[in-house]
Amino acid sequence: MSIVMLKDVKKSFDKLQVLKGVSFSVAPGEVMALIGASGSGKSTALRCIDRLELIDSGEIVVCGHRVNDPQLDLRKLRLDVGIVFQSYNLFPHLTIEENITLAPRSVKKISRAQAREIALASLAKVGLSEKAQNYPEQLSGGQQQRAAIARSLAMEPKVMLFDEVTSALDPKLTGEVLKVIEALAASGITMIMVTHEMNFARRIADKVIFMHQGYVHESGSTDILTSPRTSELREFIGDELH
Amino acid sequence: MTTAINPGHLQFLLTGAFWTLILSLMAFLGGGAGGFLVALGRTSPFRLLRILAAVYVQIVQGTPLLIILFLIYFGLPSLGFSISPLLAAGVSLTIYVSAYLGEIWRGCLESVPKAQWEAAECLALSRTQRLFKVILPQAIRIATPPTVGFSVQIIKNTSLTSVVGFVELTRAGQLINNSIFEPFLIYIIVASIYFCLCFPVSAFSQRLERSGAARLRALKAVSA
Repeated sequence: MSIVMLKDVKKSFDKLQVLKGVSFSVAPGEVMALIGASGSGKSTALRCIDRLELIDSGEIVVCGHRVNDPQLDLRKLRLDVGIVFQSYNLFPHLTIEENITLAPRSVKKISRAQAREIALASLAKVGLSEKAQNYPEQLSGGQQQRAAIARSLAMEPKVMLFDEVTSALDPKLTGEVLKVIEALAASGITMIMVTHEMNFARRIADKVIFMHQGYVHESGSTDILTSPRTSELREFIGDELH
Repeated sequence: MTTAINPGHLQFLLTGAFWTLILSLMAFLGGGAGGFLVALGRTSPFRLLRILAAVYVQIVQGTPLLIILFLIYFGLPSLGFSISPLLAAGVSLTIYVSAYLGEIWRGCLESVPKAQWEAAECLALSRTQRLFKVILPQAIRIATPPTVGFSVQIIKNTSLTSVVGFVELTRAGQLINNSIFEPFLIYIIVASIYFCLCFPVSAFSQRLERSGAARLRALKAVSA
């Protein structure tokens, strides 16, 4: 039984078709890496899963929610899915702790004290306990990204989506964020991550999907990263390593 | 018959200034409430609301405040609604201010990055929660300097209400001048009083802008 399922998903922006019939599925607890060149459709596919983009045709089912159903209760979908963006998107007017407690308090109606406990626990998971009272602008990029991960975790989603979360960071800061994600992967939560970090994907992913020109071009275990079957993937990996 | 300016005149002017302030306050509060609705309408997900708000703004911004005043003060009574000068002035200024503040605030709402809406949406916050807990607090910071700046325009534009006979600062000056005919002296005093009302406000606005700019520079320095 899969927790995320895409079937023949098509999506265009104006005349440009970005997804040309994408199908894949993710089992509970699985860590999936979505790789591919810029413009291959991997970020769009990820955004469609959380219905940040509407699809033109096909089917997406996430945690039992039919994502493309117009009757879908979007809040229920968002309660089950957490997403972390490349640009962190913390709320600049709130402290880190307030960033994290906002949704549990206003959506789940959890008491202030309880929300605070949850916030501190998820900050501890990302190693930022001492930054609870700081504002986002006082944190480095890597710390902001870890805080954004903590904010998502505090809602206890069943599936976590990561959209190129280290692309805005330098190698040193990338490392600290990847370490957090790696620990998360070990905790058993289902994860789909769009990433350019090939070594990282090889280390923690259970499954790799290589997207090319709007299609799933190759998929399989992390072995395909070391011995790609298609010339496109071989070329892509070659480019990424340089 | 006295022809020189006396303390009674000055007191009359100060009373006028008091009404100028009351009128400005009415315009700011009424126009602020209206402007908030206009800004929400202009950024609404509903097309019809967006169109209505845009049409309202276009019509008001395309009409001189003086004509709005005439319409309300002279036009409404001809249709059978009698209206006091104070109410006419307050309503006209409210209409005028709501269109301009609405547009200023729309810009501020839209200058909060879309990604902030998206991040809040992904945390399962409802649209109202997103607006009030995430977007508005950020928009208000952006909006403060231009809003305070626009208040100066409001204070000055209340002088137009003198034409419908409302005795605010300008009208008070006119009345005194009618009795002692010292136009230069009187209008210099009137202008100075306006300056005293406006200067603190515009100085405050500039300070807000500077501190905002400094904050932005500091932010950039941190993220660089």
